[in-house]
Amino acid sequence: MHLHELTIREAETLLRKGEISAVELTEAVLDRIYAVDNAIKAYLTLLPEVALEQAAEADRAILAARAAGESDRLSPLMGIPVAIKDIINVEGVRTTCGSRILENYLSPYNATVIEKLLAAGAVILGKTNTDEFAMGSSTENSAYFTTHNPWDLSRVPGGSSGGSAAAVAADECLAALGSDTGGSVRQPAALCGIVGLKPTYGRVSRYGLVAFASSLDQIGPLTKDVEDSALLLGVIAGHDPRDSTSVDVPVPDYRAGLDRTGSARPLASMARGHQNRATAPLRVGVPREYFVAGLQPEVEAAVRAAVNTLHELGAEVQEISLPHTELALPVYYLIAPAEASANLARYDGIRYGLSLPGEEPGGTWDASCRRTRGEGFGPEVKRRIMLGTYALSAGYYDAYYLKAQQVRTLIKQDFEAALRQVDVIACPTSPTTAFRIGEKVDDPLSMYLSDIFTLSLNLAGLCGISVPCGFDAAGLPIGLQLIAGAFEEPLLLRVAHAYEQATEWHRRKPPL
Amino acid sequence: MSLTLAEVEHIAGLARLALSEEEKALFREQLSAILDYAAALQKIDTSTIPPTATVLPLRNVMREDRVEPSLPHEDVLANAPAAQDGYFRVASILEPS
Repeated sequence: MHLHELTIREAETLLRKGEISAVELTEAVLDRIYAVDNAIKAYLTLLPEVALEQAAEADRAILAARAAGESDRLSPLMGIPVAIKDIINVEGVRTTCGSRILENYLSPYNATVIEKLLAAGAVILGKTNTDEFAMGSSTENSAYFTTHNPWDLSRVPGGSSGGSAAAVAADECLAALGSDTGGSVRQPAALCGIVGLKPTYGRVSRYGLVAFASSLDQIGPLTKDVEDSALLLGVIAGHDPRDSTSVDVPVPDYRAGLDRTGSARPLASMARGHQNRATAPLRVGVPREYFVAGLQPEVEAAVRAAVNTLHELGAEVQEISLPHTELALPVYYLIAPAEASANLARYDGIRYGLSLPGEEPGGTWDASCRRTRGEGFGPEVKRRIMLGTYALSAGYYDAYYLKAQQVRTLIKQDFEAALRQVDVIACPTSPTTAFRIGEKVDDPLSMYLSDIFTLSLNLAGLCGISVPCGFDAAGLPIGLQLIAGAFEEPLLLRVAHAYEQATEWHRRKPPL
Repeated sequence: MSLTLAEVEHIAGLARLALSEEEKALFREQLSAILDYAAALQKIDTSTIPPTATVLPLRNVMREDRVEPSLPHEDVLANAPAAQDGYFRVASILEPS
């Protein structure tokens, strides 16, 4: 048994029984990283010594719990080695956000999600590669290097959480955290053949997540299967007084909510909500606007087959309409850059980060600031800051930013209307499978189109998950996206789990 | 809609970004293309639609006005490019007269 191939749940069982130790598990994963990361390049910063100390600490806690007969009181994350996208602050560790402007920035604090992971006894292996400031769909915008897709090293892993997704797919960690602003957890999960969840906006604290677009960002788990996603979400979710956009809604036991009846038709009695519909079939909506030109035929075929599987599992499938789908891209590419331009104003060379003197000696801070930002930020970041600044500037605010916010309302209303008709929405995660490294870097608009099926969800603030649903002829993974209403993660995970358990996609590993 | 070079320079000024001549030309082209795409929004009648600034119903989340422990001074200054006597040291804001 290769320990690095374990899921969180499998490792949990073996750790509690004492069949493996947390140190052995972490050592096995570190060995795996040393064996494959030169080719994949998922990690920006590796923390082997700290990880092994945390693992040893976990072993002590596991032993003590076993001695006291309290093994089942241990967190499922106890002793589990995880990777963290380098846009989340881990105290004492470099957090670069994939940028040169933060090349030497050492986090002075832990993000709330990190505090929760550490309290649960998780082992933090290191920080993974990301598009600069989470802006991108391929991880090619990292100022450091590009991460390679474990299924085909000449291709991208997706982005911006490409490092985290590649690490999970290649068994370089048992699970990882990423962040999703326009699809950055779901799209790389689809391209890397793993599970990626974007929680409802407000479900997980953003305290300690370096802000890109404050009304869209959410931290989400990247895992090998749906049960692990439920486990990890349960640990990181929750209200946080330090994040005024986190919502005070209780965190259910997501894992306990998964169906274990072994029924052949679990979706036949999985309708959402009210008591009188509790034994009604799950209603699945397939949005007609998502099946248009530009969708790779094999992706369409795999997703339609997956929807058919949902039907065979007992769901009622119907076509729905999300009429403003086409507008999601322009809305997103006005709102997200506008918010980003405000959030990235803090990189001014004063309190942290790169600080370059102006061209003239003895010059003003203004010159130093312009030069620092001009040289410290990469092209995509500068492009988005410019776009956002323009959209917010006097004379253009109404036509661009305000207009985009109004159309955002229409997009949100589309989902609300659809989710009154159906319980979950099923569609592709990404229009194509993983594209080649370098293929889209020179055409920003073409790169932006990679997120066409994921953007709307961030605009509407709902929850969504990508699960593997097939492979194309080149052996590249295809993702099925499931979407549910605000705080409906229990239903979302139940449906995703039922689909996964009826298929074998999640068991395939990349040919490394 | 095509941005002029002057507009690109104006935006770069607002955003405090020093750009090379090549960057200005490239961004002028790329931003114009993106803004053209965004022009699709103009066709939508939003006269009765409220803007969505946040998807949450939360507004003005407050806490008790009570002093609580915060990030220690040394940690705040730890990443400072230039610190002196507990302050961040910066180049002059005003032009020397």
